[in-house]
Amino acid sequence: MKTIWKSGDIPVENTEKKTYRKVCRLKQKTMEIIKARKLKYDYLKYDDNGQASESYTAVEEIDLDIQPGQFISILGHNGSGKSTLAKHMNALLIPTEGTIWVDGMDTAMEPELWKIRQKAGMVFQNPDNQIIGTVVEEDVGFGPENLGIPTEGIWSRVNKSLEAVGMTPFRHRSPNKLSGGQKQRVAIAGVMAMHPKCIIMDEPTAMLDPNGRKEVLEAVHELNKKEGITVILITHYMEEVIDSDRVFVMDQGHIVMQGTPREIFSRVEELKAYRLDVPQVTLLAYELKKAGIPLPDGILTTKELVDALCH
Amino acid sequence: MSLKLEHVTYTYNPGSAYETHALKDVSLEIPQGQFVGVIGHTGSGKSTLTQHFNGLMRPTSGTVYYNDEDIWQEGYSLKRLRSHVGLVFQYPEHQLFEADVLSDVCFGPKNQGLSQEEARERARTALIQVGLKEKYFSSSPFELSGGQKRRVAIAGVLAMEPDVLILDEPTAGLDPKGRDEILDQIAYLHQERKITVILVSHSMEDIARYVERILVMNQGEKAFDGTPKEVFAHYKELEAMGLAAPQITYIMHALRENGLAADTSAITVEEARDSILKALGRGEK
Repeated sequence: MKTIWKSGDIPVENTEKKTYRKVCRLKQKTMEIIKARKLKYDYLKYDDNGQASESYTAVEEIDLDIQPGQFISILGHNGSGKSTLAKHMNALLIPTEGTIWVDGMDTAMEPELWKIRQKAGMVFQNPDNQIIGTVVEEDVGFGPENLGIPTEGIWSRVNKSLEAVGMTPFRHRSPNKLSGGQKQRVAIAGVMAMHPKCIIMDEPTAMLDPNGRKEVLEAVHELNKKEGITVILITHYMEEVIDSDRVFVMDQGHIVMQGTPREIFSRVEELKAYRLDVPQVTLLAYELKKAGIPLPDGILTTKELVDALCH
Repeated sequence: MSLKLEHVTYTYNPGSAYETHALKDVSLEIPQGQFVGVIGHTGSGKSTLTQHFNGLMRPTSGTVYYNDEDIWQEGYSLKRLRSHVGLVFQYPEHQLFEADVLSDVCFGPKNQGLSQEEARERARTALIQVGLKEKYFSSSPFELSGGQKRRVAIAGVLAMEPDVLILDEPTAGLDPKGRDEILDQIAYLHQERKITVILVSHSMEDIARYVERILVMNQGEKAFDGTPKEVFAHYKELEAMGLAAPQITYIMHALRENGLAADTSAITVEEARDSILKALGRGEK
């Protein structure tokens, strides 16, 4: 088809392109922040000559669709593949087979690597291994500085991030004088300062006392609610999972259960078979039910149990 | 046979501007064969306390006794003390170093002067006690999972056949089943071999399930010392110290406030279940 150009007219192809772009943008809005299809990862064991001699499949057949703004928890016993999967979410590991997209970017495409790590930040178990600055605010500024942000920009990000995790009063302190929960919140602020869309936390509370655990969990829920940051939380504490939008249970490298916390924790026996547990209140309700008290499945909070028993 | 601290104070940087008291006038006695839990927030002095038990730290003032002997007196063998009082540090798997599991566990008994054969025998027994399968004995410790490594590290201390076993957060980072397995094994050893177990933990649920006595540390001082029921009855004070009671305690209090005659001293799921059934008039069948 021939197009005749007149001033003021929009050429036909051009309109099509525009609509096409619009559709793309719309798609982008609802696009998964993390999406995986048939993801598989093999660890290789090397012999003395540097030749791969054995391989061990850590995760397999993983399909994931995580929407922006969701709070996701991943449960699974030691060695079930949780951390291996988490390390794929910011391209610390690249799938052996299959694909994982972070904010639409395929992690196997090398040029995207730094963009991916900026979109998806990671917080690990041991706060002492993640803090490098000698002053709290310096540590938080390390990330944005590496992104090449101008000085004022760094400061505004540092301020905002420290505020978000409630650590502003400690900004001039030395990190090694902080409690475990405080250190972990500094680590989270450090990730926040990169303006990620998603934070992946690999057992962030395993080394903390009850108060530290509470502080960190509250800070993370705040970020999720107020800033709309997608959170992926890996934990062995069942009580930390109950406020998630969705829970994935892993076993032997596969996702074996998924659903809302209530759906997951209603399946007590199944969870136990996967070496997991349920929150104490859920277990108590389950035991009472077994003893003949009529109670609904999957009670998650003290309030729910009290309501069911006393009213 | 017992462990005893008398007015023990430990001060970091004494006399300087950075002077801090990690322990303040702590006195306590742990008779042989007790299962004791130590709780306290980060920096409360728990680890400093446990390191006084086997002479890794020397009190600034006060006395530490093991079997009524002052461990810091002239001529006392700290080496011998440490083979009686075994300490498993936090994340002990970071201290594994040998080429295979069995050799790693042999390290302690060999240092006690046992022959190669005796050491291997002790190591085998210890590994079986912690529930590690025989097929792993010749693997490299670094090929094992987190829970398995933890077991190997605990076996390394058990192989020295201590009379007192101190464990600093032995289950941090383990999955729930792994947590139960390790603590069950320790409880079993405690029963079978009548050893004293001192368990430092941040999990109030675990403490409630296993120990017969709780020491609560707060700012270097002993804040509470009693049975789990006695200590967790102070749950409001515990919270003020950055601690908590087991979830069950809160449930029972909430039920009582809402008119159900639940026993608020229940601290385990089993106790809570029985008490609620009784309150609902469905007690013993």
